[in-house]
Amino acid sequence: MDNYCASLDSIFHALADPTRRAIVQRLGKGSATVTELAQPFAMALPSLMKHVGVLEAAGLLRSEKTGRVRTCMLEREELAAVERWLGEQRAVWQARYDNLDALLEQLNGEDDEN
Amino acid sequence: MKIDPRFEFVVDKARNRISVEREFAARQQLVWDCHTRREYLDRWFAPKPLTTRTKHMDFRPGGYWHYAMVMPDGQSFWSRLDYQSITPIDGYVALDAFSDEAGAVNADLPRARWEVAFAAAQDRTVVTTVIQYDSAQDVQKVIDMGLQAGLTSTLERLDELLLALQS
Repeated sequence: MDNYCASLDSIFHALADPTRRAIVQRLGKGSATVTELAQPFAMALPSLMKHVGVLEAAGLLRSEKTGRVRTCMLEREELAAVERWLGEQRAVWQARYDNLDALLEQLNGEDDEN
Repeated sequence: MKIDPRFEFVVDKARNRISVEREFAARQQLVWDCHTRREYLDRWFAPKPLTTRTKHMDFRPGGYWHYAMVMPDGQSFWSRLDYQSITPIDGYVALDAFSDEAGAVNADLPRARWEVAFAAAQDRTVVTTVIQYDSAQDVQKVIDMGLQAGLTSTLERLDELLLALQS
């Protein structure tokens, strides 16, 4: 169970970043070399490699090196629907509780004024 | 600097159970009120960008909360929470359900039991919600329904990515 939650956490962490989401979207169209991936972001290769590393650690993509060229591709093993649903439930609760934080802060403030 | 509040989301697949635990910087009475009064629920329950709209609220055993989570484009997802037992201000037990706009429970879909507990910790309050499904089949039905109804689009960005992953 811990492993399971940890992997979900790392997926969310990996997908929380706009650059990494763009990388995943790009790879959805087919595999690409690191140089090709870096182009649209005007990003230095080492920075891009960091993002690729995070995605790889989360199990979202894998990469293969042939000579000096590293090619990235999506891990075809898709997230099971159950895990996706659980991830959504988690996000829903997190988001609604953030709303509640804001409301409580507001109500606490009103309380102090009384 | 704001410190992230404690949030735990634990899945027990073997027992078809989800436990959500969260700490709030407020007194127990106020956190309780926010969970049990329609005027407050309407201000937080739906995750952004959705909003909450209560159509009926009768917070007592045998009563129910009938509400919609409304998308920015106006699409509404109706639900209903039937209260079974209430112990102010420490907790309540309820059965959730998918419903229509008139409040009729969708009998084809499973219901989960929510056991919500409130505990004071100094000037803070910890809320624990245990969501219990009867079986793994029930969970699967809810998931299938969500996929069909497009409920998943509430987290559009993640969905887009997962679609991209599959394509």
